[in-house]
Amino acid sequence: MMTLGRRRALHLGLRLAAAIALTLAFMFPIYWLFMISFKTPEEIYSFPPKWYPGHLNFGNYAVLFRDGDAVTVWNSLVVAFISTAIAMFLGSICAYSLARFATGGRQLANWIVSQRMIPPIAVVFPIFLLYVWFGLVDTYLGVILLYTAFNLPYVIWMMRGYILDIPRALEESALVDGCNRWQVIWRVVVPMCRAGLSATAIFTFVFAWNDFIFALVLTRTEVATYTVQITHYFGGQSNFWAKISAMSALGTVPIFIAMAFMQRYFVRGISLGAVKG
Amino acid sequence: MTPSAAAARASFGERNFRYLLVAPAIFLLLLIGIFPLIYLIMVSFQGITMTETSTDFIGADNFRQLFADARLWQALMHTVILTAIALPIELLLGLAMAQLFLEQLPGRAIFIALLMLPVVVSPIVSGATWSLMFDHRFGPINQIIGWILGADTTLLWTINPKLVYPAIVAAEVWQWTPFMFLLLLAALAGVDRSQLEAAAIDGASWWRTFFKIVLPAIRPVMTIAILIRGLDLFRLFDIVWALTKGGPGTMTETISIFAYIKGFQQFETSYTAAVALLVIVLLSALLMLALKRVELTR
Repeated sequence: MMTLGRRRALHLGLRLAAAIALTLAFMFPIYWLFMISFKTPEEIYSFPPKWYPGHLNFGNYAVLFRDGDAVTVWNSLVVAFISTAIAMFLGSICAYSLARFATGGRQLANWIVSQRMIPPIAVVFPIFLLYVWFGLVDTYLGVILLYTAFNLPYVIWMMRGYILDIPRALEESALVDGCNRWQVIWRVVVPMCRAGLSATAIFTFVFAWNDFIFALVLTRTEVATYTVQITHYFGGQSNFWAKISAMSALGTVPIFIAMAFMQRYFVRGISLGAVKG
Repeated sequence: MTPSAAAARASFGERNFRYLLVAPAIFLLLLIGIFPLIYLIMVSFQGITMTETSTDFIGADNFRQLFADARLWQALMHTVILTAIALPIELLLGLAMAQLFLEQLPGRAIFIALLMLPVVVSPIVSGATWSLMFDHRFGPINQIIGWILGADTTLLWTINPKLVYPAIVAAEVWQWTPFMFLLLLAALAGVDRSQLEAAAIDGASWWRTFFKIVLPAIRPVMTIAILIRGLDLFRLFDIVWALTKGGPGTMTETISIFAYIKGFQQFETSYTAAVALLVIVLLSALLMLALKRVELTR
């Protein structure tokens, strides 16, 4: 008969094995993507497929930079960064008003969060028609404007939650001490929800960075983002795998790095604040 | 100035301040939300196509066409089917994984950190990744199946009508099961320990404990997770676009892909406006039903 200790050890061993198997299974596609980006074209089109490159070959990346395709990563960076900055500023002050003065009540809060849920295709189609009129198609301004507006509900919603989490008393005593309302926000509220601000900013950035459908509709050549560029490499039976994988890896590494810094706020960020994690 | 006038001015300033904070954000939301919506409604009553540029109003023809358009309703069906298959798999697999990682495990934090990664990959990248994985000749999936079967397999995952749905579901499940997993893990960690211990002392079976104590405790989080994923699936576009572009034929066209093709490849501008309106109306109805059940606002 098995002792309790041995049974426990066996149980733990099985759980560990299952955990490793699951994690490997979920990591495999990511490994495959990055691995292909380091293969030479001959290795990519060898049959049966090899599971690792002969040596680390950066040629696929070099091609992207030489042909100028990598500029699409720069475009993604510009539009994601600027739209995040604007959305964070406008969204946070709006959130402060909702959290502290209950401006607009539940109606406004619900309306804002429902703006987040509308399918992008339904939003972007009329926007596109208007942008054609105003000459905003394929411009930084046009893309940044839409990303800012699309991310605003998220920022407002999340920051409202983070601001509700911090005690009011400090703000009141700062008011008594003679700070005006703006000073209260910058000197008291901002420092206290710094973690929430950076978590929300990173998520907002990732949403804009990862977007495909808006960029697909609103960009052509001048400000095409990396996600749009990836789909240019799809061509019936002859996909340019080397470019697809290298461009995807270029677009994915930055967000993996960003995520490493904010694991603690991850669950809250993806659950629209509903789960504190 | 009398004290009461000063107080009135202060409270007036106060009120101005709160609206001042809200105004720019709301203005931008209205500019990008309401203004185009009005324009959308206008266009949907016109008859603009690639060849027809007249902006005369033609009445409700586009909406009549909506109801007769089999391809549109099929696209809606595809969206519903994909949701009905992918969502339960994500939920159950995510729940099982959350159970597995709930208690102490060597390297637990590292496993969880790694399992977060699929969630933040751009859906278009994960679609591209899975189309590399599913390639009939140079992808590893057919190779692995070949090893298991002991014979070379060349399944055409993104072309064969029988295999496209499993392929899309695989990519979708891979990307979003971790989402369910992380939310449910947080929910499970919050279940009241003393109740679980009491149930264990009473000799309640694992299943009984799960259904009587754990499930009711995690239900609110589960509902929100299902709501968020359900609404995401309703607008599914990127993964399918990267894998099949809606093909073969129109077999995997979701409602978003259908609208994109109508608007930006066939240039049926006014008809697409009607489709977009239909999507907005359907989603708003869904959302109203959902928000009645879920308390998102604190």
